[in-house]
Amino acid sequence: MSDRAIRARGALGSWSAVMLVALVAVAVVGSLTIDGVASPRFWRFVTLEAIPIALIALPMTLIVITGEIDLSVASVLGLTCTVVGQLWVWGVSSLPALIAISLLMGAVLGAVNGLFVTGFGLPSLAVTIGTLALYRGLAYVVLGDRAVANYPVAWTTSAIKPLPGTTIPWVILVVAALAVIFAVVLHATPIGRGLYAMGNNAEAARFAGVNVRQAKFWLFVASGAMSALAGVFWTLRFASARADNGTGLELAVVAAVLLGGVSIFGGRGALLGVLASVCLLGVLRNALQLAYVPENTLTVITGSLLIASVVGPNVVGMLRERLRRRRSNAPTVSPSS
Amino acid sequence: MPPLLTLDGLSKSFGAVAALQDVRLELFGGEAHALVGENGAGKSTLVKILAGVYPPDAGTITLDGQPLSLSGPADARSAGIAVIYQEPTLFPDLSVAENIFIGRQPLRSLRRIDLAKMRARAAELFARLGVRLDPDRPARGLSIADQQLVEIAKAISLEARVLVMDEPTAALSGVEVERLFAVTRALRDAGAAVLFISHRFDEVFALCQRITVMRDGRRVSTGVTQSLTVDAVVRQMVGREVSAMFDKQPAAIGEPRLEVRGLTRHGVFADIGFTVHSGEIVALAGLVGAGRSEVIRAIFGIDRRDAGEVLVDGAALPNADTAAAIKAGIALVPEDRRQQGLVMELSVERNATLPRRWALTRAGLLFPGAESRAAATWAQRLQVKAARLTDPVATLSGGNQQKVVLAKWLATAPRVLIVDEPTRGIDVGTKAEVHRLLSTLAADGVAVLMVSSELPEVLGMADRVLVMHEGRLTADIPRARAGEEAVMLAATGQAAAA
Repeated sequence: MSDRAIRARGALGSWSAVMLVALVAVAVVGSLTIDGVASPRFWRFVTLEAIPIALIALPMTLIVITGEIDLSVASVLGLTCTVVGQLWVWGVSSLPALIAISLLMGAVLGAVNGLFVTGFGLPSLAVTIGTLALYRGLAYVVLGDRAVANYPVAWTTSAIKPLPGTTIPWVILVVAALAVIFAVVLHATPIGRGLYAMGNNAEAARFAGVNVRQAKFWLFVASGAMSALAGVFWTLRFASARADNGTGLELAVVAAVLLGGVSIFGGRGALLGVLASVCLLGVLRNALQLAYVPENTLTVITGSLLIASVVGPNVVGMLRERLRRRRSNAPTVSPSS
Repeated sequence: MPPLLTLDGLSKSFGAVAALQDVRLELFGGEAHALVGENGAGKSTLVKILAGVYPPDAGTITLDGQPLSLSGPADARSAGIAVIYQEPTLFPDLSVAENIFIGRQPLRSLRRIDLAKMRARAAELFARLGVRLDPDRPARGLSIADQQLVEIAKAISLEARVLVMDEPTAALSGVEVERLFAVTRALRDAGAAVLFISHRFDEVFALCQRITVMRDGRRVSTGVTQSLTVDAVVRQMVGREVSAMFDKQPAAIGEPRLEVRGLTRHGVFADIGFTVHSGEIVALAGLVGAGRSEVIRAIFGIDRRDAGEVLVDGAALPNADTAAAIKAGIALVPEDRRQQGLVMELSVERNATLPRRWALTRAGLLFPGAESRAAATWAQRLQVKAARLTDPVATLSGGNQQKVVLAKWLATAPRVLIVDEPTRGIDVGTKAEVHRLLSTLAADGVAVLMVSSELPEVLGMADRVLVMHEGRLTADIPRARAGEEAVMLAATGQAAAA
């Protein structure tokens, strides 16, 4: 990799800050200019929409940092929805049991991805495009084009019950707790250091005693479990289990992860930036919908943002380099520090 | 006769580090000109400017009386400047011939690539070099020596007028060096200018008419080779007298530390068995390709072993488990520091603490500053020259990168230290430092296993020399009986000393 590319990637470190500022700016400008953005209902809706994306984006961030990708997440979500629905039809009436079964199934689906990637050394892009189709197909096997919607009201309201005194759903606390766990693992543990190392250079990471295969395998397992958790939430929130639940959601997740400053080549990125970009995309989308911006235009905006996120850090890096060069032409201090 | 290439007032800084300051250099056609200096003296920066990789901050480059502005490697190439780097970077999945002719493949009608012609031309180049390389094989898996030969073939195919060789011989065997020199002399005599960078003085004195010495980014002197001696050049390089190259301290040889029994990897090496004791430096010698690096990879758990066992202090290591090997006290300083030794994009401190990151945790967490403190200690002890420890390790010079690799492993307080070509491509001063370091470690009770292709290093440092030939151990020679001849005979498989 060229020195310039390395410096450009160094500029990504401050990308989280850019995302946070952008988030605040969009929220403020939106509240002032678009009717309804300032209302509590708006934020409730944004949060409900962001929760499944955030849940899946947490493990996805770590996976992309190791240089892999998991595109089967939305299909795992969909398959989970149908299984929850079918089990309910068959008379499983304990919500904790349904959640436990879902997590276990998600973990197994993730382990299948992990096995193909680490055991057989196949590229995760190809493997998870395969399982994207496979798991979605299984979802149709389970429920066909039926929908299961007759859940107890207690269940469906429990998923979207607001925090006392607010309109924000309490599930956000679960997301926040999981986010803290993922952030600590990524940024403050030896495991996280290993993930960054293998994302940049897997061979050098192995020479430093990092177990690359093991780490990647468990990340795919985590990705499956988190997607299943998002699937349970999805089922209860919409009170509907259908085989096509969450179709295309994987692209929303990957877009948020990349816009959040994670390098698609691996080795770079921070969880804070990803969470900020999940919120940013949610706020932007809903605010523009309120402003009657047509759906097609929204897609164009999301796409442009994504491209800007890839180009942005490079431009920032180049500008910094130029600035540094100008400064370094002035008399310099001694090289050691 | 006017010079073919003139560099004047060349300066280049990286942040606060001035890599080159006001350097002047003249290269004449028909001349082989040596550029020597310690690591960080600015040689590689100069090479990269000539290659068009870095633009100089100040100064001019004149080729054939015409001012030259190099805004990219393509400019340098079309101006007739070819560079052979210290560590070649080929396209691993392309064939050898494709690597040589990348971007300028011979074409047939309809712009199709003329494979037959490309193959034939590559074969012709190799014949000229006197080497046997299959133009059709993929570059992946070529030894560093062979990769360099491909690079050299490429430069020759470009009919370069200025040939810059940045340590081309570091990984070549004696025969290969001779071949290279023959070709280089032929090019030189045909009117090309050769800028030859090497830490091997015998080569410099054998090949070059003039020698330029650099130190700390400045040119110290340029002189005619006949009027110089190795001592004089070394003095100018370091600015001081160098103490003995191989500063081997006496060490008490103690208990067996590393035991290897019947180690086998099918088709690569077989039935390797030896013991390294506490306080002992054991060299693993052999020709490039004899399987030495592969053996230590298997010991360290990078590759799976098919048979045999590895014991550290009597305890057997699990198969293919590098983390367990590190935990047991083995450290491996690998041969290829850019691919294996370091994660170039990560900071100096992250690299330096990577193998012992678990040891730096409290309650399983890495608190801010824990890594910087640990890294700073070792960076200071080994005198790593870096503007900041948070800079990517890629911004350091080669010798300083090697120091970071050493720091990274010494910090784990290893009981068995395996070093693979520990002084390849580093300067005399740092070389002596590395040797002193190995010797001190041995004296402290570490068992050192050293893979080296440099015979003086092997003979100067080792208590015992193990020699490999084609995947088998052919000799185990104690220091008293180890001589160049004995090692070379065993390495070439002509004699199996006991």
